[in-house]
Amino acid sequence: MVIDAYLRTDGRKGIRNTVAVCYLVECAHHVSREITYPYREKGAHLIGFPGCFPNAYSHKMLERLCTHPNVGAVLLVSLGCEAFNKGRLLETIRESGRPVKLLVIQETGGTRKSIAEGQAWVAQTIEQLKNTPRAPMPIEELIVGTICGGSDATSGLTANPAMGRAFDFLVERNATCIFEETGELIGMEHWMARRAENPALGEEIVKTVAKAATYYATYGHASIGPGNADGGLTTIEEKSLGAYAKSGQSTIRGIVKPGDVPVAGGLYLLDVVPDGEPRFGFPNISDNAEIAELIACGSHVILFSTGRGSVVGSALAPVIKVCANPATYKRMSEDMDVDAGRILEGRATLDEVGREIYELVLRVAGGEQTKSEALGHQEFILTYKRFEPLGPACFPSAA
Amino acid sequence: MSFFQKTDGSGVLLLAPGDNIAVAACDLPAGTVREIAGQRVVLERAVEVGHKFAIRRIAKGERVIKYGAPIGVATQDIAPGEYVHLHNVTSDYIPTYTFDAGHEFLKEAH
Repeated sequence: MVIDAYLRTDGRKGIRNTVAVCYLVECAHHVSREITYPYREKGAHLIGFPGCFPNAYSHKMLERLCTHPNVGAVLLVSLGCEAFNKGRLLETIRESGRPVKLLVIQETGGTRKSIAEGQAWVAQTIEQLKNTPRAPMPIEELIVGTICGGSDATSGLTANPAMGRAFDFLVERNATCIFEETGELIGMEHWMARRAENPALGEEIVKTVAKAATYYATYGHASIGPGNADGGLTTIEEKSLGAYAKSGQSTIRGIVKPGDVPVAGGLYLLDVVPDGEPRFGFPNISDNAEIAELIACGSHVILFSTGRGSVVGSALAPVIKVCANPATYKRMSEDMDVDAGRILEGRATLDEVGREIYELVLRVAGGEQTKSEALGHQEFILTYKRFEPLGPACFPSAA
Repeated sequence: MSFFQKTDGSGVLLLAPGDNIAVAACDLPAGTVREIAGQRVVLERAVEVGHKFAIRRIAKGERVIKYGAPIGVATQDIAPGEYVHLHNVTSDYIPTYTFDAGHEFLKEAH
């Protein structure tokens, strides 16, 4: 099967053709939202960074997101006096060959004029993007990320291992798959290390999880909340056991950090926990922070498992929601793309649901809307973090 | 680790051979009787789907094993058929936050 994709001038291929409207400080958020709103069903998506102080991580994140293959054009919205290096971001996007405009509210003359000018540009650019060249995209060029949110004890029994099976099918075809949440892999580090392509990478995996454990311990709270406990998850280790199942059974080829795009197909671990002394608060303040990071690593589409019932989607990349719990599915089926709870009810096997997810990934890559897309979900969040570059043991041994 | 493919209709999942807990595949009422790994187990209370119960005696200090992996340590002796959750198990890493128990976050907020 070959996907009919959007061809970007850098040769990468996207499965959506979005106009990203990107605010560069919270002070430009309202204007950006007003610009986006009338065009949100025509492909305009709102992203941005609220902070006024410069930060290498957030700059890298916005660079990667604004030049993501699912993005066709970008409107940058600046208040004018914030510290974000808008000139550099503008130049990076321009060099990528995408239509881009920088709107500076203080220069344009305030809220009303900026909204009018921004909307005019978005309307005209949406028309222009209809002429984006198309190209066939083989499965091996596809990047798929995975996350779980609103987990309960059924997540690790049905949806997560079924998404793991879908990952296995994708990796067999040399697609790139990324799993993450090292804070929710605590207790699984030695199991994961045994799946590393080489022992040096295995050691890095163990260190990465130890870093996550230190970070969460510092803030006095593991990545497990009261909703998880109500759903039958007792400890972070038990939650991790379920979360780990999302990775499937393939060999782990490397570790990436937010904004690093894997260079070759295979399975990768995304390390989302900052380096150095704990600072800036919890490593991931909510699920969409991790989704944004998976997208910044090049993910075209996100697999999201939920037991309690999350409704989120995302800006820039479609989110496929796989519901683990049969009772939740009955209550919230309008938000769910896959009913993995059938496995518990004896109505399907794990492999059957895994195959269904795999086939849905390909259909969604081919243009089929997910439930969250159809409902207009475009959540996005980006906050402060700090990372050091990857060590050599984190990369795959053969490109 | 290998995952179960399908349920057997018993409403109970034994996820790996050496596990000392089993998982409810559907909501199970109190008094449910099952034969699991050669042992007759009677549920001391209702167990919701996905939640777990002991299938043999777990001594205080012993690890609770699910899918062949330790998921925490028993804080008291647990009898076969007894519900296994926050009241009798704790993490080996970071304790689970709940709304009750006078957690330090709630103290800070007041």
